[in-house]
Amino acid sequence: MTEATADSPAATGSTKSGSLFKAGARTRKRHASERRFRLMGLSAVIFGILALVGLMTSILSNGLSSFQQTYVTMDVFLDPAKLDKGGNLDPADLEKITTFTIQPLIQTAMQKTLEELGIAAEGVNAKQAFDLISKEAPGELRRYILADPTRIGKTVSFDLLASGRIDGYYKGRVTMESAALDSNVSPEQLMLADKLKQAGILEARFNWSFFTAPDASDTRPEAAGLGVAILGSAYMMMIVLVLALPIGVAASIYLEEFAPQNRWTDLIEVNISNLAAVPSIVFGILGLAIFINFVGLPQSAPIVGGLVLTLMTLPTIIIATRSALKAVPPSINDAALGIGASKMQAIFHHILPLAAPGILTGTIIGLAQALGETAPLLLIGMVAFVREYPGAPPEGFFDPASALPVQVYNWTQRGDPAFVERASGAIIVLLIFLVIMNAVAILLRRRFERRW
Amino acid sequence: MSEAVTEKAVDAAIKETAIKMRGTDVSVFYGEKQALFDVNLDVRRNNVTALIGPSGCGKSTYLRCLNRMNDTIDICRVTGNITLDGEDIYDPKIDVVELRARVGMVFQKPNPFPKSIYENIIYGPRIHGQVSTRAEMDEIVESSLRKAAIWEEVKDRLQEPGTGLSGGQQQRLCIARAIAVSPEVILMDEPCSALDPIATAKVEELIDELRVNFTIVIVTHSMQQAARVSQRTAMFHLGNLVEEGPTDKMFTNPDTKLTQDYITGRFG
Repeated sequence: MTEATADSPAATGSTKSGSLFKAGARTRKRHASERRFRLMGLSAVIFGILALVGLMTSILSNGLSSFQQTYVTMDVFLDPAKLDKGGNLDPADLEKITTFTIQPLIQTAMQKTLEELGIAAEGVNAKQAFDLISKEAPGELRRYILADPTRIGKTVSFDLLASGRIDGYYKGRVTMESAALDSNVSPEQLMLADKLKQAGILEARFNWSFFTAPDASDTRPEAAGLGVAILGSAYMMMIVLVLALPIGVAASIYLEEFAPQNRWTDLIEVNISNLAAVPSIVFGILGLAIFINFVGLPQSAPIVGGLVLTLMTLPTIIIATRSALKAVPPSINDAALGIGASKMQAIFHHILPLAAPGILTGTIIGLAQALGETAPLLLIGMVAFVREYPGAPPEGFFDPASALPVQVYNWTQRGDPAFVERASGAIIVLLIFLVIMNAVAILLRRRFERRW
Repeated sequence: MSEAVTEKAVDAAIKETAIKMRGTDVSVFYGEKQALFDVNLDVRRNNVTALIGPSGCGKSTYLRCLNRMNDTIDICRVTGNITLDGEDIYDPKIDVVELRARVGMVFQKPNPFPKSIYENIIYGPRIHGQVSTRAEMDEIVESSLRKAAIWEEVKDRLQEPGTGLSGGQQQRLCIARAIAVSPEVILMDEPCSALDPIATAKVEELIDELRVNFTIVIVTHSMQQAARVSQRTAMFHLGNLVEEGPTDKMFTNPDTKLTQDYITGRFG
């Protein structure tokens, strides 16, 4: 036995011979540093939460109002004298119906309504009363008439969109003071609107057309909608799913199971990780150079956007698939090979089903990233103002369209503050889609994992 | 005297025809490192051959050569000659999948597929095209589970996942799975090392019953197991085949000192 060489307990801070309940200096220091570390972690989490809450509050406060829109309900008499001069619904005559021919109809309807309700329009002439209605309304009416010309001659009750300024008045953007300075609306018009509201024919409703209507010009923010953008994004997601998933999974399986371990495969692996880090705008330039200039695909089409986004999503899917494949226990592979399964059978019957949750999660995360990508789409021209809905797939993939994040960008560039509300509303819609996609990813993962 | 010579010749002839797999000068390299040095070992038909030896001596490596499972390891290289019924199994013209259907394997840690018990058994016969109708499938499942002495325990829960069984049951399920494809040889790599004594006893009983229809090669750490279960034993040490012969003789009167020391527990 060696000599007792231990220092006295007090000097080293250890309580070799004291009570367990007495904490020495070292123990106290250790506790203090643990407390500090926990505090740092907690502050990081709180900071993150605060940032998120701040972001959500700002978006929601700006955007929630875009889901409501002001409408005016009026009876409009579809005067055949103005619409169908020939009297027998001749297509040549119907061609001549323009928004100019319809405007007087609405004007008359407005005057009649005011009379019927006994509202005195002080300081507002007929034209100004008509201006309470959105400039989109004649176009809507025209579409309604041309859809079924036999409607000419009837009196139909319409829900007409109120003009942007009126809508803004009820959302707090426009006040009596600002109206006095505004060339587009006068305080008298606002008071007339109040009277219509009291009479019950002007009210705010849930804005379904926000989801279905196409984009509108700068002067008509009240009519602007996400219809074209949602379709465009949906088409692109379809293309990405159909292309990126099989290619990514197949590439991954090949690299994991079949490729020999040499310098070339090492090079490929390094480059896949690099690809995932390439800035997305570079993919946009690539898309422009190859798909539009070289191959000659139409600009601003979902097919080009879809192809570019596929290239962007491939590395994500490949990396997720590889780690899912690696996570499958090799004993399963051995068991399958041991009873005489070929490599392909072992992969498709045993390994892939077990790797499926990881692959699916990676795919959906990749899709969610692709949904929110803006930079590459700007470069391939999807930033254009598109009013026509793209057709049904597959021809519709070649029609010009827009995309959700690009639409947000587009609207933030416009002057009218009503578009700020629209842009925030579009962000909310985008976020809802992303939340749904991530929820689907989690649900699918849970469902597949239970089988294991 | 000539009678004795004739008898010996007849015996030798009988012994010759009873060889199922023959390994000649088998060496295995993992990259630069050599794991097996010129092993010459025969496996006899309808016999249980036990491979014993201390850890790292190469017995599992040799076992895995017999059904070319070493092919799955990239850096592994096998030289020499191994035949099954006289045919070289390393010939590039043969399909390794066919080989593995004839030489099955049971692993150390039970590894049933994460599917139902029924699926576990029927997967092999299905991919080899051995069954077509539902009736045939049911029949194979029942007979394999019966041969593996586990039918009574699972016959009421064939659709439940194979991973829900106990360790001993899982290993017997894996044996049933190996039997279902009707192999000629079954290789067992320490099949009882993850099992409790009662499950071990059941599996050993099973091995003895299986001997009637199959040729079995078993790697084991337990000398008692080798003594109980096998007819012939091969002793490995540091990649060399030290001694091979009938089990009784190996355990009572071995030829080499190394074997003697190992068996008496001096090392390993």
